[in-house]
Amino acid sequence: MVPIRTTTFSAAMLAVAVLCATAWAASRDQNISDPVKGEEHATLTYAPEIPAPITRNYATKVIIHLEVKEVEGRLADGVSYTFWTFGGKVPGKFIRVREGDLVEFHLDSHPDNKMPHNIDLHAVIGQGGGAASSLTAPGHSSVFSFKALVPGLYVYHCATAPVGMHVGNGMYGLIYVQAKTPLPKVDHEYYVMQGDFYTKGANGEQGLQPFSMEKAMAEKPEYVVFNGSVGALSGNNALSAKVGDTVRLFVGNGGPNLTSSFHVIGEIFDTVWAEGNTSTAIHNVQTTTIPAGGAAIVEFKINVPGTFLLVDHALTRAFNRGALGQLRATGPENKLVYSGKITDEIYLPEGTGIRVAEGEGRPAATATDHAGRVRLGETVYKTNCMACHQLTGVGIPGAFPPLAKSDFLNADPTRAIKTVVGGRQGSLTVNGQVFDGVMPAWSLSNDDVANVLSYIYGSWGNSGHDVTPVDVAATRTTAPPTPAR
Amino acid sequence: MRNLTPALAAVAALLVAMRVGSVSAATETMVRLPAGAYVPFYSRDSNKTTRDGLHRPVAVKAFWLDRYPVTNAQFLNFVKHHPAWSRARVASIFADAHYLAGWSSDFTLRDPGDSERPITGVSWFAAVAYCKVQGKTLPTTDQWEYALADRDRNPKALNARILSWYGTSSAHALQLVQTAIPNGYGVAGMVGLVWEWTLDFNSLLSGPDLRNTGSGTDQKFCGGGSIGARDASDYASFMRYSMRSSLKASYTTNNLGFRCALNAP
Repeated sequence: MVPIRTTTFSAAMLAVAVLCATAWAASRDQNISDPVKGEEHATLTYAPEIPAPITRNYATKVIIHLEVKEVEGRLADGVSYTFWTFGGKVPGKFIRVREGDLVEFHLDSHPDNKMPHNIDLHAVIGQGGGAASSLTAPGHSSVFSFKALVPGLYVYHCATAPVGMHVGNGMYGLIYVQAKTPLPKVDHEYYVMQGDFYTKGANGEQGLQPFSMEKAMAEKPEYVVFNGSVGALSGNNALSAKVGDTVRLFVGNGGPNLTSSFHVIGEIFDTVWAEGNTSTAIHNVQTTTIPAGGAAIVEFKINVPGTFLLVDHALTRAFNRGALGQLRATGPENKLVYSGKITDEIYLPEGTGIRVAEGEGRPAATATDHAGRVRLGETVYKTNCMACHQLTGVGIPGAFPPLAKSDFLNADPTRAIKTVVGGRQGSLTVNGQVFDGVMPAWSLSNDDVANVLSYIYGSWGNSGHDVTPVDVAATRTTAPPTPAR
Repeated sequence: MRNLTPALAAVAALLVAMRVGSVSAATETMVRLPAGAYVPFYSRDSNKTTRDGLHRPVAVKAFWLDRYPVTNAQFLNFVKHHPAWSRARVASIFADAHYLAGWSSDFTLRDPGDSERPITGVSWFAAVAYCKVQGKTLPTTDQWEYALADRDRNPKALNARILSWYGTSSAHALQLVQTAIPNGYGVAGMVGLVWEWTLDFNSLLSGPDLRNTGSGTDQKFCGGGSIGARDASDYASFMRYSMRSSLKASYTTNNLGFRCALNAP
C-alpha cells in the first residue's frame, strides 16, 4: 500500500507542477504569438519624467533609439565626473513598451566615445539580454529586436567588461513593460534611480574626479545618489504633488554594488510591486528592498502636505553620501492625520533645545591670535559641526545649508555668532537655495565659538573674518540664555 | 619586387642606425624590443591556460616598434602620395563613413597644430597600407601587449594612467606625440593618447557579451569574462580587449590610431 500511495501522491504533485508550468508557458506563448500591427517610435524620457501610459490594446513594433554618450557632468556641487550614459544623463532614458510588443532596438554610440559599449535589458529573454548582439564601437550603431514577453519594471545596463566600471560610471536605466491589463491611472508617475559612485577623491573633494577601481572593488562608494547627482531630486528639482494625489514611483537601483533600503520619510507605501513584478502587489509597506540590478514600483496617496524625503534607509548613505530626494506636497493641512508644525515651537529630537558639546572637562586650549583661533577652531568644527555641514562646509542640499562661500554667513558675523550660541530655526536662503530646518543652540565656551567661527570664516573661500571671544561675549547679552558651564 | 624595396630600405636604415648608435638599439623613430615573454591577459587558446588556471607566458621574438603613434602629418603625407586612401576615394569596404573625419578636407588638416598629434579615424585596412609603404607591418596583439607590459616595470602607475585616460572625455585635444611618456623600452604613448590597431585585433577573444566566461572550447566567448582573465582587477586590460573585439577592419573611431612594427633582427 505504502509504495502505491507514494506513487499516487507524486503523480498528483507532478500534475500540479505541470499545470503551473503550463500556465506560465501559455502566457509567454500568447505574447510570442500576439500579432504585431503597425509600428511606432518610442518616446523616451529623462528622469524624473515617465512616458505617458500606453493606451493601445494591441501589440505593435516599437522602434527605440538609445544613444550611448560619455559626458562630463556634475556629481555634486563643485565635483564633476565623466559619466558614461544611455542618452546623455544618469540614469538612462526611461523606456515604456507594452507586453507583447516587438521592440526594434538601436544602440547608437556617439563618435566621440572612447569605449565600446553594449546593453543588457533585463526585460529581454535571450543571450546576454541583448548584450550578445549589441557590442558597439564608437561611431557605430547596433540593431537587434526582442519581443516583450513578461510584464514588469526592469533595469537595463551596459554589460561590457569590466561591467562594474561601466555601470559604476552611470550606465543604467529602466524599461517598463506595461501589462496588457495596466496598473490603474494615477496622478503622478515619477522615475527615480539609485546608484553608487566611486571617486578617487573623498566625498566633497572638488574638481573632476576620476573613477577609483580600488574603492569600487572594496564596494566603498564616496557617493550614493538618486538620479545621478547629489541634489538631483531636491530644492528646485524636488518632485511635486498635491494633497489627495496618488503618487507612483518607478524606482530602480543601478548599483553597481549596494542594495537600497528605499523609504519615504513620513509616508507609508499603500502598494509595492516588489522586484518590479506587476502581477503581485503587497500593501502597507514602510521600506522596500531594491537590489542592485533590480527595481520596484511604490505607490502612496498624499494625505497631508509636507516635504517627504526619499532616502536609502541605510542612513549614512542618505546623510553623508547623497542618497536623499524630496517630494514636496502642497495643499490643506489635516490636523487630525498629523498635527503639523506648531508655529514658534522649536522641534528638537533631543528634547532639550540645547546640545552639550563634547570636550567638556578637558583643559581648554586658548588661542591668542587669529591664526591660533583658526587652528583650534578646526577641531571644534570637526567635533560639532561637520556631521551636518560636512567636512568641507558644503552642507547637504535641501537639508543643511553650506558654509563654504555662503552669502548668508559672510554677510553678518554677529548673526553667525548668535546662530551658534542661540540656535536657529525657520526658513533662510543661502546662495539662492532655501532651507527650512533647525540648528540647535550649542553650549560652547566663548573661546570655542570664536575659534570655530574664525575657522569657518577662514576656510573654503569665506571672507576671512576674525571672530574673537570678546565678540562672542558681547553677543551673548542679546542671545537666548544658555545654561552655565 | 616593388613591394620589397621599401622593406629593404627600412631594414637597411635600421642597420645603419644601429651601427651608428651601436649601444642603444634604437633609431629616431623606432625602438628595438628584445626577445622575451609576457603573460597575456587572455590566452589565445586553451593550451596556454594551465589546469590550475594560471596563464602561461607567451614568447615574443625581437622586433622593432615605432617610438610614437603615427601622426596626422605623417598620415597626410601618405595620403598625398597614395590618394586611393583619401577620404573621397577610399572604398567603403576599406573604411567606414567616419574615415579621417577629423580633417577638414581630403588633403587638409583641420588645424596645423594637429600635425604632431596622433592620427585617428583610420581603419585597419588604411593602417596596414600605411605600414606596408614604410616596409613595416602592424604589430601583433602579442607584440603590442608585450611592449606595453614593459617587463612589469611599473604596472600600477601604468594602470592608473590608463584608467585616468578612460575618465577623461574626448572634449580635450589629443596630446602631441613627442610629449607622451616613454616606457622602459623607450616606446612612448602606448596608453593615454589613443587606442591602437593591432594586426590580429580580431583573431581571438571575446564575443560581444563580455561577461561570458570561457567554456574552454569556444574561444569566441572567452574574452570578456573575468574567469578567463589573468587578473580580474585589471580593468584597463578588459577595456583594451573589449575595444578590440568591438571593431571590424573597416571601422574608424575618433580615438583609434596605430603605430607600425618591423619583424627584424
